[in-house]
Amino acid sequence: MAFLSNLVNGISLGSIYAMIALGYTMVYGIAKMLNFAHGDVIMVGAYLAFCAAQYWGLPPLVSLLVAMAACTVLGMTIEKLAYAPLRQATSLAVLITAIGMSYLLQNLALLIWGANPKVFPDLISLDSLHLFGGELVIKGATVVTIAANIVIMVVLTLFINRTKMGKAMRCVSEDRGAAELMGINVNRTISMTFAIGSCLAAVAGFLLCSSYPMLQPTTGSMPGIKAFTAAVFGGIGSIPGAMIGGILLGVIEILGKAYVSTELGDAIVFAVLIIVLLVRPTGLLGKPMREKV
Amino acid sequence: MKKLLALVLALALTLGMTAAFAEDLTLTIGHIGPQTGPAAVYGLATYRGAQIAADEITAADNGITVVLLNEDDAHDAEKSITAYNTVMDNGAQMIVGTTTTAPCIAVSAKAFEERVFMLTPSASSPDVTAENDNVYQLCFTDPNQGSASAAVIKDRALGTKIAVIYNNADAYSTGIYQTFIAKAEELGLEVVSTSTFTDDTTDYSVQVAAAKDAGADLVFLPIYYTPASQILIAANTIGYEPVFFGVDGMDGILTLEGFDTSLAEGVMLLTPFVADAKDELTVNFVAKYQELYNEVPNQFAADSYDCVYALVAAAQKAGVKTGDAAEDICDAMIAAMQELEIDGLTGHMTWNAEGEVDKIPTAMVIKNGVYVGLDN
Repeated sequence: MAFLSNLVNGISLGSIYAMIALGYTMVYGIAKMLNFAHGDVIMVGAYLAFCAAQYWGLPPLVSLLVAMAACTVLGMTIEKLAYAPLRQATSLAVLITAIGMSYLLQNLALLIWGANPKVFPDLISLDSLHLFGGELVIKGATVVTIAANIVIMVVLTLFINRTKMGKAMRCVSEDRGAAELMGINVNRTISMTFAIGSCLAAVAGFLLCSSYPMLQPTTGSMPGIKAFTAAVFGGIGSIPGAMIGGILLGVIEILGKAYVSTELGDAIVFAVLIIVLLVRPTGLLGKPMREKV
Repeated sequence: MKKLLALVLALALTLGMTAAFAEDLTLTIGHIGPQTGPAAVYGLATYRGAQIAADEITAADNGITVVLLNEDDAHDAEKSITAYNTVMDNGAQMIVGTTTTAPCIAVSAKAFEERVFMLTPSASSPDVTAENDNVYQLCFTDPNQGSASAAVIKDRALGTKIAVIYNNADAYSTGIYQTFIAKAEELGLEVVSTSTFTDDTTDYSVQVAAAKDAGADLVFLPIYYTPASQILIAANTIGYEPVFFGVDGMDGILTLEGFDTSLAEGVMLLTPFVADAKDELTVNFVAKYQELYNEVPNQFAADSYDCVYALVAAAQKAGVKTGDAAEDICDAMIAAMQELEIDGLTGHMTWNAEGEVDKIPTAMVIKNGVYVGLDN
């Protein structure tokens, strides 16, 4: 039973990583850039949801929608101001800009919301599931996170494969120059990608803080890095890959901590990553010739 | 009452001394601590506590003016050195700080070379004072807290099977853990589970489950209140209700925004300062702090407040005069500190030659959302 309980905790943590990894993989797959500020957009989303629920007294779902809308605008603004001017620059320049953006967001949050950590309110009113006579507890937030992950994955896959905008995204991903020649508005497509990625970040922030209710300006950093690892693990650019990578990473982390050593938990995670990348350099689901996203 | 009496006596002594010297003293004190970044909460508290003390002393109109020069170090050793250079360039004669341990180790080495007297309100590692005769601490050292906790748990029979969860990426937490374990072994306490986390941990379910599965009836948490709140939430999720025992880092859990304080009910902790204490010194300080900064002061603010009073008292003892250079008064300050005996917000304090403070931590328990003494 202890094993099952750890497994559930692992899936719970992993589904959060998966949710964040979806945003990373979207942007990487299409814009071919690592948006290191993604973790911080998550933090901003969580703060906005917190403010909406705690200070303005809005219902949970409305708080989430407010955070999603605000993060979408934030993501598009960041892209317009910081990344778009660097469209022709080297990928290193863009990477450094993204890291700078990450620090900018963290420090803005510090300025606006202060350094004192806040405990995120319990906005998901779904009761915990008590199975096997209370031996196994599954938090309501975990159930919601897993369900949200599946819904988002399906919707994203359909969007990418079935809509005109999705088609444009696949084209830009495959060959930006050729896409432009074929009359696809590359800037608009990338901007749209950031909008979707940031909107997902708000959802991820909401769910992250519902499961692990600690909110401070650095909240998004470590989950962001772990999720990036998950995206690489699953094969960056692949949507199901991000999902599988995220969940596996969470499960490995928790089982490693539970059965090997709490001190080595993170070391085990990254050791597994290295092994996977040695055997499959493109990640679990990434194929060298695969159509990205 | 004792604190009040001591305050009156200290005041009388101060007045007497100014009368004797009949010379006004302007003391320039530098404060260095993180006011931005992840540890900002501690640096802001120490700055505010020190500022209140400085204003109080200046306003008391007995010939002493305290000028506080404040610099932010963002909990970064290099920035802390820059901050130190800035306050020294601006004429600081001594330092309150630095607030956090890692920058303090860097700054104290430099201050040792340049002979600048430092009194840190909160950098609690023995590494801060180890090689430096010019650095004094006003907070407990980490080793003291660990052994004092084990002694209280043993004396009061608070638990028979003990689990420990600590932050192994943090010098503060690890330091307390090591002395706790050593003392627990000496006293014959049974430690059934030990697990760790780091600053980047988001999930605490494994650590809590390990304590539960080992059948621990007391969980010792030598950690700060932020992760502690997450551990309390995780324990509540799986319906685990042992006694939780914390140290001074636990202080702050009741003012954590959004935290359901009912989860902290029954949590015990060792702390030198409680904002709910009813003595006049504490009541006045808390009222003033709330008025100025709109929040309840934590022990960092209280320690820093005491630091300024201790520095002023030591400076008077050492015969420091307005405009004396830091390196000229350092040795006199060191001698004066060792003879100093003061009562402040955080209790009765004396210092040894290593720069460690001697004061008694009080065991507290959270009842109905406030700290009360374990004996009450």
